[in-house]
Amino acid sequence: MATHTSNAPDGDYEFYVVEDDHHDGEHHHETGTMLGFWIYLMSDCLIFGILFAIHAVVGTNYAAGPSPADLFEIDKILLATAFLLLSSITYGFAVINMQQKNQSAMMKWLAVTGLFGLGFLGLELLEFSHLWHIGAGPGASAFLSSFWILVGTHGLHVTAGSIWLVVLMVQVSMHGLTEANVRRVLCLSLFWHFLDLIWIGVFSFVYLTGVLL
Amino acid sequence: MATSPVTETAEHAASTLAQVSPVFGKLTWDIFPFYDPIIFATFIGTCVLGAVIVGLVLYFRLLPYLWNEWFTSIDHKKIGIMYMILATIMLVRGFADALLMRGHQALASAGYVGYLPAYHYDQVFTAHGVIMIFFVAMPFVTGFMNYVMPLQIGARDVAFPFLNNFSFWLTVSGAVLIMISLFVGEYAATGWLAYPPLSGLEFSPGVGMDYYLWSLNIAGIGTTLSGINLVVTLVKMRAPGMTWMKMPIFCWTTLCTNVLIVATFPVLTATLALLTADRYLGTHFFTNDMGGNPMMYVNLIWIWGHPEVYILILPIFGIFSEVVATFCRKRLFGYTSMVYATCVITILSYLVWLHHFFTMGAGADVNSFFGITTMIISIPTGAKLFNWLFTMYKGRIQYELPMMWTVAFMLTFVIGGMTGVLLAVPPADYVLHNSLFLVAHFHNVIIGGVVFGIFAGINYWWPKAFGFHLDRFWGLVSFWGWVVGFWVAFMPLYLLGLMGVTRRLSQFEDTIYAGYFFTALIGALLVAVGLLAFIVQIVVSIMKREQLAVDGDPWDARTLEWSTTSPPPYYNFAFNMNVYEIDAWHHMKANGAKPPQDGFQPIHMPRYTASGIIISGFMTVMGFALVWHVWWLALITFVASLAWGIGHTFNYKRDYYVPADEVRAIETGTGVVRPAE
Repeated sequence: MATHTSNAPDGDYEFYVVEDDHHDGEHHHETGTMLGFWIYLMSDCLIFGILFAIHAVVGTNYAAGPSPADLFEIDKILLATAFLLLSSITYGFAVINMQQKNQSAMMKWLAVTGLFGLGFLGLELLEFSHLWHIGAGPGASAFLSSFWILVGTHGLHVTAGSIWLVVLMVQVSMHGLTEANVRRVLCLSLFWHFLDLIWIGVFSFVYLTGVLL
Repeated sequence: MATSPVTETAEHAASTLAQVSPVFGKLTWDIFPFYDPIIFATFIGTCVLGAVIVGLVLYFRLLPYLWNEWFTSIDHKKIGIMYMILATIMLVRGFADALLMRGHQALASAGYVGYLPAYHYDQVFTAHGVIMIFFVAMPFVTGFMNYVMPLQIGARDVAFPFLNNFSFWLTVSGAVLIMISLFVGEYAATGWLAYPPLSGLEFSPGVGMDYYLWSLNIAGIGTTLSGINLVVTLVKMRAPGMTWMKMPIFCWTTLCTNVLIVATFPVLTATLALLTADRYLGTHFFTNDMGGNPMMYVNLIWIWGHPEVYILILPIFGIFSEVVATFCRKRLFGYTSMVYATCVITILSYLVWLHHFFTMGAGADVNSFFGITTMIISIPTGAKLFNWLFTMYKGRIQYELPMMWTVAFMLTFVIGGMTGVLLAVPPADYVLHNSLFLVAHFHNVIIGGVVFGIFAGINYWWPKAFGFHLDRFWGLVSFWGWVVGFWVAFMPLYLLGLMGVTRRLSQFEDTIYAGYFFTALIGALLVAVGLLAFIVQIVVSIMKREQLAVDGDPWDARTLEWSTTSPPPYYNFAFNMNVYEIDAWHHMKANGAKPPQDGFQPIHMPRYTASGIIISGFMTVMGFALVWHVWWLALITFVASLAWGIGHTFNYKRDYYVPADEVRAIETGTGVVRPAE
């Protein structure tokens, strides 16, 4: 980067940068977005942390109502878990294809990811509807309040991620893999894997532990 | 069968819910406070004032100017100023509540009934607390961080300029909801942190609590986003050469505060969301029955709440550090220890929350732990105080207004700190908790710390923001009004607390306290003089702006924000700068740096956008609809804000280059700054 000194009395200091490198500024902005998104994810992680902590406190307060062993059909949950974990892998394939500049393959993998996401959400809705109909709604006990809100918050995140995925696919098909779009695909990737991570916590601490206890 | 108050409230809740209409929700003609002359008169007055302001804006055709230059602006300086204006307006509202309470208690303690019915009084002290913390102190502090920090690190804006505008309007949205509650319906009558089960549906069936929740939920999202934004700005956008240990102290405190915001506001959001779920979805997180646990709420809200007080005070410590160094004409004493003290306070602030409820009964071990961590915090805080004192020692002190506020802070804050350490002793806390001693203590640190610092900061940076000084005479009136008023108003409260008077009392049996409460009222009136003088100070200064005009660096200050013109051009700095030392601008001046007169380059800047104010507008209506159970409107506005947000992401043309010729014209011309496109 070519800079030349201005008005520095002994030439030691270059206080003012007279020539500016534009690409440097854009590069700065890009890394800023990824850092910002990471920090956002950490703050979101804290929200889930609170929900997990609350589940640890009231998760066994059944109020003479049903317990996890009465409610959870662990086979279906396992299927939903498989859907979500696979969707993370397929998102990974999409990112690999993006880095190889293969837009059409990337779009296909994104579509597969979206389908897995929808499959997960469908199974979750079935479970919620089943619980609701047997009278195990969020108001039935503190355990069920905590269960519905924790799993439901995760589900809302997956829903938001799926909407984002569709919007992003439209934007990529409109503008191609521009710098902005690449950045967005990477942000959604972080978000998607993050939700996977949260789900592993939900599966282990809410479902598996619940059934075992 | 005799009906208990509990069943009555439950029946009231049931009947309230039964009245919900599918079109208007719970809205009926009864919501307007025709029954209360105080509120109704205020309502009429506010309507008239609002009509006059709207009329003036329309008459002078200011709306396009305001919309194009301010409301849609993503310039961090303008957003910072808008935060300050919001905070000033809300300060007047919050202070009116304070005067109402002081007047009422003075009467009630002297054997009169007073003018506030108990239920109204409860709403007033709740609104006072919520407004002063969330919509006065927070916007003031955020305003300073927004305006000053990017300039101090030599940046041209924050990392995410649109997000900055959006955060501001979300804060406004929360403030608007709380203001609407004054006239439409009611506000929460629960105290500022709304502990359940009192704040649950069973005991607070009205819309007041719902206003509280939606207002804080919406504003809290804005604060979190703003925190992320400013952290990234500080990490990524510092001028070349400005390593961490060469940042101005104000930037350090801004960094620590925003780390705290990112690490605690999600806790507030989650906690309030769960209380909202208890009220709207019938869940049992914080109820007494069905396995809920109200103490869980108290723990969670203070895990946010204690760091929150450091979120407020840390940037203020930063302001004092800048002011002391500038007006003692010395480099700040103990820069490194100041940085470490700030970081230690940041971490410790997370480890003390339980001292807000020692009486929960967690046991001696737990209480001892939190008592000791609380006392430890006074060590880094004390270190800071000594650093300021040693900076003053043998300094050439200039008693300009910011320096006077700083000295008043040091004298006042120390007392508040000491009563805080006293309250940190669990056995003492068992006696003093929930008393006026506590009320005096936290006003001592918040007024004597945060508010004095805000005035120091306003007097210090006003010339930078507007290009002219604030008037000294009215500044002195404001200063003495606030400082003397504070002492007269709150020392009696310490005594009353020691005599056993509990907080939040609207009626008294005994008249022996009357003298103390009247003294406190006189103090509050003196503060009113100070507040009024502050507003007069601004008006007078604007009228005398020709006489008070200044150049870029009127205080002969030390940090980079003083290296550009006052007010700065919209791109802040014509040239990027290299930094070599702490107090970069002082170093530049000492080495004879002069801005080059040629070699201007195009400057990369973000474009203005209306998305922030529009989405926040939708969310305000959504909040109102949710408060009043108007479900269809809530759904429509929710979808609308989501759709607008998605639409916003389809706009890829978010930035532009200011041509080099325009930069040259501004820099070498008359100094008049043309507004951004």
